[in-house]
Amino acid sequence: MNLSESSTAIPFLSILIFAPLAAAAIALVLCDERQVRWWTLLATASIGAFSLFLLGGFDASTAEFQFVEHREWIPHLGMHYTLGIDGISLLLVLLTTLITPFCVIASWTSVKLRSREFMICLLIMQTAMTGVFTALDFVLFFIFWEAMLIPMSILIGVWGGSGRAYAAMKFFIYTMAGSVLLIVAIIALRLDTGTFSIPALMDQPYDRNFQLWIFAAFFISFAIKVPMFPFHTWLPAAHVEAPTAGSVLLASILLKMGAYGFLRFCLPITPLATIHFAHAILWLSVAAIIYGGLTALAQSDLKKIVAYSSVAHMGFATLGIFSLVQNGTIGGALVMINHGVTTGALFIAVGIVYERLHTRDLARAAGLGKQMPVFAFFLGMFCLSSLAFPGTNTFIGEFLVLAGAFEGSLILGLAIIPGIVVAAAYNLRILQRVAYGGTNNPDHSSVSDLGLREILLLTPFLVFILWIGLQPGPFIGLMEASIQNILDIIARAAETAAPIPS
Amino acid sequence: MPDAQSSILVAFLPEWILLLGVLALFGVTLGTQRVRTARYVSLATAAALALASVATCGAEAILFDGAYRVDAFSQWLKLVFALGYLSCIVIGHNLKDIRADIRPEYFFLLATSVTGFVLLASSVDLITLVVALELSSFPLFLLIAMRREAHGQRSQMESAVKYMMFGIAASGIMLFGMGYLYGLTGTTSLPLLVERLQPLMHTPLAITGLVLTLAAFFYKLAVFPFHFWTPDVYQGASNETTAIIASLPKVAAVLLILRFAGTANPGDHSLALVFAALAVGSMFYGNLLALAQTDFKRLLGFSAVAHAGYTILGVVALEEAGFTASLYYVTGYLFMVLACFTVITRVSRDGANLPIIALAGLHKRSPLLAGTLLVGVFSLAGIPPFVGFMGKFSLLTSALQQGFLWLVLLAVLNTVIAVYYYLRVVHAAFLAEPPADADTSPIHLDPAARVLCILLIAVIIGLGTVPGLFLDTIANSLSSLFPLS
Repeated sequence: MNLSESSTAIPFLSILIFAPLAAAAIALVLCDERQVRWWTLLATASIGAFSLFLLGGFDASTAEFQFVEHREWIPHLGMHYTLGIDGISLLLVLLTTLITPFCVIASWTSVKLRSREFMICLLIMQTAMTGVFTALDFVLFFIFWEAMLIPMSILIGVWGGSGRAYAAMKFFIYTMAGSVLLIVAIIALRLDTGTFSIPALMDQPYDRNFQLWIFAAFFISFAIKVPMFPFHTWLPAAHVEAPTAGSVLLASILLKMGAYGFLRFCLPITPLATIHFAHAILWLSVAAIIYGGLTALAQSDLKKIVAYSSVAHMGFATLGIFSLVQNGTIGGALVMINHGVTTGALFIAVGIVYERLHTRDLARAAGLGKQMPVFAFFLGMFCLSSLAFPGTNTFIGEFLVLAGAFEGSLILGLAIIPGIVVAAAYNLRILQRVAYGGTNNPDHSSVSDLGLREILLLTPFLVFILWIGLQPGPFIGLMEASIQNILDIIARAAETAAPIPS
Repeated sequence: MPDAQSSILVAFLPEWILLLGVLALFGVTLGTQRVRTARYVSLATAAALALASVATCGAEAILFDGAYRVDAFSQWLKLVFALGYLSCIVIGHNLKDIRADIRPEYFFLLATSVTGFVLLASSVDLITLVVALELSSFPLFLLIAMRREAHGQRSQMESAVKYMMFGIAASGIMLFGMGYLYGLTGTTSLPLLVERLQPLMHTPLAITGLVLTLAAFFYKLAVFPFHFWTPDVYQGASNETTAIIASLPKVAAVLLILRFAGTANPGDHSLALVFAALAVGSMFYGNLLALAQTDFKRLLGFSAVAHAGYTILGVVALEEAGFTASLYYVTGYLFMVLACFTVITRVSRDGANLPIIALAGLHKRSPLLAGTLLVGVFSLAGIPPFVGFMGKFSLLTSALQQGFLWLVLLAVLNTVIAVYYYLRVVHAAFLAEPPADADTSPIHLDPAARVLCILLIAVIIGLGTVPGLFLDTIANSLSSLFPLS
C-alpha cells in the first residue's frame, strides 16, 4: 500500500488526536472547576462533531487506508509519524470521539472532588485512544497504547471506589506485563522487514515459525486487553472500582483495543499462525462466553454483572474474528461496536443507580422501577440489547457471529447456545429485580426519577441501539471492504503455504 | 596564527567560564555572608556554561597536543552536564541538610567536580582522562561527608568513606588496566590506542586490560558487581548530594565506557558476553532488591543498579547504534532521576531521608511536585511517551539486532518486575491515605523549583517524543569517533 501521498490537505486525524490534548492544556489554566466542566464538554462535543467529517470523506468501497498522514519522525530509529484509517478503525474512532462527551456528562455531578484533574485525565485518555485506532506506525501505536495506562489507572485509582488502589495497580501491572512482549515482537518484525509501517508489514511471506512466535507475543498482549478468558481477572476489579466515566471508557473503548489488535495485526501480519491457532482461540472464546455468563449470573453487585457480561460479549467478538469467514468476522467487528454502545449505556445506568442509592447491590436496588419509570424504560431497553433481543444492535452482531460459527463447525455453534441462554437469564434478572422487585422492596420513596441531563445522556445510546438493530446495513457497509481484504490475505497465505499435491 | 589561536580560545570557552566560576567561588568561600552569593555565582556559572556549550556547538578543535578534543559530541555532553549542574543547584536550594558553616564550600566543591566532568567530555588522552576523572570524583567524596550529623550517627562519614574506598580501589584497578593497554600499544592517545588495539583484541592481554580499565567506569555507573557502595551512599549522603551522585557521574561513566568499548570489534563474543553478564546481573539484582525497599532514596539506589544494567545492553552490541542508544538512555536517565530528587528534597522535612510512605497525599499537597514525580517515575519504568521508553526501545533494538534475543527477553522481564516498585511510589503519592500523624499542609515551592519541575517534565517528554536532533548528533559524532573496521 502506498503511503507516500497524503490524501487530504487538512490533517483530520492529527487534529482529532491532539485537540483533546490542547483542550487539556487550556483546562489546566481555567480558573474554576465549573468552567473546566463546561469547557471539557464543549471541547469533546466539538471534537465529536468534527469527527463526523470523517464519515463524509470516507470511501467505503476500498480497503485502502484513508486520511493518511505520513511524515518523518525519528529518522535515526526509522520511525515515522503515520496515521490513517480504514473501515475497521473508522467506526472505533467515531465511537471514541462520540462517547467521550457522554463520559463528561455522566461525571457532571458524580465527580465532585478535583474535577479539573479528572477532566484533564479524560482528555488525555481521548488523545491516546484516538491515537491507538489511527496510528499506522507500529511504534507510534505502541506509544499511544501504553501511554493510556497512566491516565486510566489514575482515573481508577483516584476517583474510584473503596478498593481503587488495588484495582488500579492490578490493571496497570497486568496490561503492562502483557505489552512488553509486544515490544519485542515489534522490534523483531522491524529487524526482519526494515520497517515499522503497519501496512507494509501486512501480507508478507514471513517464515511460518517466525509467525508463530510473533503471533504468540501479539496474542498475550491483546488477549489481556480484550480480555479473553483466562486473562480476564483484572477486568472485574478495574470495572467495579472505576468511576462511571472510567467504566464506560474501559468497556466501550479499551476492551475494543484488544480485538482491534487481533484484526489489525494478528490476522493480516501473521495469517499462517492465525490459521494455526484459530481453533484454540475459538474454544477459548466459547469458554469466555459461558464462563462470563455464568459468573455474571452469580453476582449481586450491578457493576460486576455488567463487567462479567463484558467478558462474555467480548468472547463473541473474538469468536467472530477468529471464525475467519466473512459473516463471522464482520459480526465480530460489529459486536465490538455494539458492546461499546450497550455496555457503555449499562454502566451509565448503574452509575445513575449508585448516585441515588450509594450502593450497587442488586437487592437494595430492587423495585426502583416504581419510583423511576423513565429509568426503568431505558434500563429495560439496554438489558434487552445486552441479551441480543431481535431489533436491537447486539442481535445483529451475535447472529452474524453464530452464523459464522456454524459455518465453521456444528459443535462449536451448538456449544455457544448455553451462553446465549445465560445472557438472557442474567439480563432479565437485572431487569426483573430493578424494575419490579418483590413484595419486600426497600423503601425508595425519596428517590427521584431521571432529570433532563440524564435523559439527554441516555437517549443517544438508545438511538444507536435501535438504529444498528433495525438498519445495520450502513454500519456493516463501512467495514465490509476492509474485513474482506484481511480475509483475502489469510486465504492467499493459506493457499501458498499449502503443500503442493504430488 | 592569531586566527587559530582565537578559535581555540573560543572552543575552550565553556571550560574558561567554569574555571572563572570555580575561582570566584573560591573567593566567596573566603569572605563572610557567603551562602547566597555562592548560590548565585553557581547559578550564573551553570547558566553561562550551558549557553557557552550551545554557542560552541559548531566548533571543532584539537587542543593541548591532541589530548583534548572539542566537537559537536563533546559540546552536547557539556550541555547535558551544564543542565544537570544547574538542576542540582536548584534542587539543593539553600542546602538545608549541609552543615551551616561549610555551605559555600559545598558550592565550590560542586563546581570543581563539574569541571572534572566537563573536561572528561573532551579528554581523548589517557592522562587527561584520569586527571579529569579524579577531579570529578574527589570533591564528591567530600560532599557526602558534609551532611549534618543526625542523632549522633555519623552515617554520612560511613558513606563518604565507603564511596572513597571503593572509588580509590576502582581507580587503582583502572590504572592497572591502562598500564596493560599502554604496554600493548605504546601510546596514551585514545584515537591511536583504539587503532593499535583493534588488531590485538583477540589476545587475552588486551581483553584483560580493557576489562580492568572498564571496571572503574562500571563502579561509577554502579553496575553489578561494582555496585556495593550505591544503596548506602544514597542513603547516607544528604538528599541534594545524592541527586548529584545519582546523575552526573552516570553520564560520564557511560561516555568513558563507550570511549573504550569502541576498541572492540563488533561481534567480539568474549567481550559481548562479559557485558551481557554484567547487564543481566545488574538488572536482576537491582530490580529484585528494589522491590523490598521502603526508603525512597535507597529504592532509587537499587533502581540505579538496574538502570546501569539496561544501559549496558547498548554496549553489548559493540556497534554504533547500541552506543548511541546507551548515551541517549543515560542522558534521559539523568533528567528522570533529577525529577525524582527534586521531589525528594522538597517533600522531605529538614532534609531527612524520605520513606516512600511520606509521599502520601502528595497530589493534594503539591500537584506540580506530584506531576513531576509521576513523570519521573513512569519514565524510569519505561512507559511512553517519556524518554525512558524510547531509550529502552532503542537499547532493545540494538541488542536484538545483534541476535541477543535471550538478553532482550530478560530485559523486558525486568521491566515488568520494576513496574511494581515504581507503582508503589506512584501509589503512595496519588492513591494512599496519609497516616494520621503525617504532615498534610500544602508545600510551597520556590519559583526556581517550580520552573525546574516544568522544565524537567518538558525535557523528559521532549526527549521521549522528538529526540531526532539529539540522536542524530550523537550518532554522527560517534561514527567519527571510532573508525570502526
